[in-house]
Amino acid sequence: MTNTLHRFGAPETQRDDYIVFAMAAKGINEAGATEKLKIFLRLAIKHGPINVGHGMKGGMYRPSANLTPLAHWSRPDEADPESVVRGIDEPSAVAAVFNDPAKVEALLKELKAADLGLSINISGLADEANACCKRAGITRHSIEYSLGFHGDLNQLPDRHVLELSTMCGHGMLSHNFARKMIDMVRENRRTPQQAATTMARFCTCGIFNLARAIRVLEQARKGE
Amino acid sequence: MEIDQGKCVACANCVPVCPMGAIYIDPAANRATVNLDECVECFTCYRGMSKEHMNPALVRMVRRVAKWLRFRFDPEPDVCPTDALTPQELTWPRTIRRAFSDPLVPHESTGIHGRGTEEVKTNDVTNRVKEGEAGFTIEFGRPGVGVRFRDVQKMTTALAPLPVEFENKNPVSSLMTDRTTGALQPDILNEKVMSAILELKTHLEHVPAVLERVEAVAQQLDTIVSIGVSTRCDPAGDDQVSPILRREGYVFFRGKTNLGLGRRPEPAIA
Repeated sequence: MTNTLHRFGAPETQRDDYIVFAMAAKGINEAGATEKLKIFLRLAIKHGPINVGHGMKGGMYRPSANLTPLAHWSRPDEADPESVVRGIDEPSAVAAVFNDPAKVEALLKELKAADLGLSINISGLADEANACCKRAGITRHSIEYSLGFHGDLNQLPDRHVLELSTMCGHGMLSHNFARKMIDMVRENRRTPQQAATTMARFCTCGIFNLARAIRVLEQARKGE
Repeated sequence: MEIDQGKCVACANCVPVCPMGAIYIDPAANRATVNLDECVECFTCYRGMSKEHMNPALVRMVRRVAKWLRFRFDPEPDVCPTDALTPQELTWPRTIRRAFSDPLVPHESTGIHGRGTEEVKTNDVTNRVKEGEAGFTIEFGRPGVGVRFRDVQKMTTALAPLPVEFENKNPVSSLMTDRTTGALQPDILNEKVMSAILELKTHLEHVPAVLERVEAVAQQLDTIVSIGVSTRCDPAGDDQVSPILRREGYVFFRGKTNLGLGRRPEPAIA
């Protein structure tokens, strides 16, 4: 989940973007972790996440191996978070994406009470995450700060593309595809919701924040 | 990755999907083609696109008629209509591309998926980075640029002389032939991957020197370098690394916060 650390955007563009994820340490506390990961995700789902996912099995939004041509006229956008929980059969990182720190805080209180023994992290604005911890009665253990991108920055695309594509830090969402989605929204060939859902299918961990993507697409449409 | 030329209908949906820009429509063949030197075997096209399994001859005919009529068809942009994307059998050293690019493939060196690292995420259990220490994750190739290992080696060899400790359970460390020099296996240096993460730790007083070296080398590389710096917080939840980073002129606001809820299992009673 280093893939959640380096999301691009100014602080004010990240206030609706928090990823809470749980994992066991390899070879140390993996025993029984599969069931605990399911408990974690079910607690998270109670608080209305934007997306959830399992590092090996995928997120709420997935590509289809057997699409019919009718999908070009009517393709369902709905997703079932419970299907992600049902699919967990091995320890890996599981994640839930939220657009509201109040929901994160409520989840943290439940996680503290549940005492799962798994490592739980929040990726997002560090000060806001720390404030959530304090309000939930949790003292953070460790922190990793993103110092951003360095080197040959001429190879990077514009900020709207980057805000979208870096929401999959594994790089499964290409800059060119994010640009294509922006163009399709600007040309009114897709709604921001449709474009965000299409992009979310490429994120194999389920950490793509559709709410933030819709906001970015709306801004890009208007040239803001 | 390869594209079955008998199935491809040149719809070009896969062209923008490729994170490395390695897919293009060959004008001579009028089929999608993969530049294998640029392809990092991330499987994004194969796994991320939905598939329809339509008859290629039928699709080509419909497309020809639609093109002749100047009829604009607006298909779903993430669909391969004929399931033409075909994984190829990978052999060493090309296998390293997939190991570092496809997050669903575990690294042999760590058994961990993704980029193969746990870094600060399980620090509450592993205590890998202790108070007074700083952990670094130096990632090459992110976002969406890719990196060849010869560029990774420029950084590892530049950092090796500093008072740093390369993380043992890390895929890049496992490729070093000599950790005192930072040299990597010579047969992988030209291989391109989506990204690679170098992990190391040092004492807090050495953080400025490490950052200075990373910044200097990053300017010489044909890729992007993303830097993460971590530390263990004190009992009050405060960290000692952020004052150092501010003093060095860094502006930072995004982070990964480990809540400290993880624990080792109780030892079995004999």
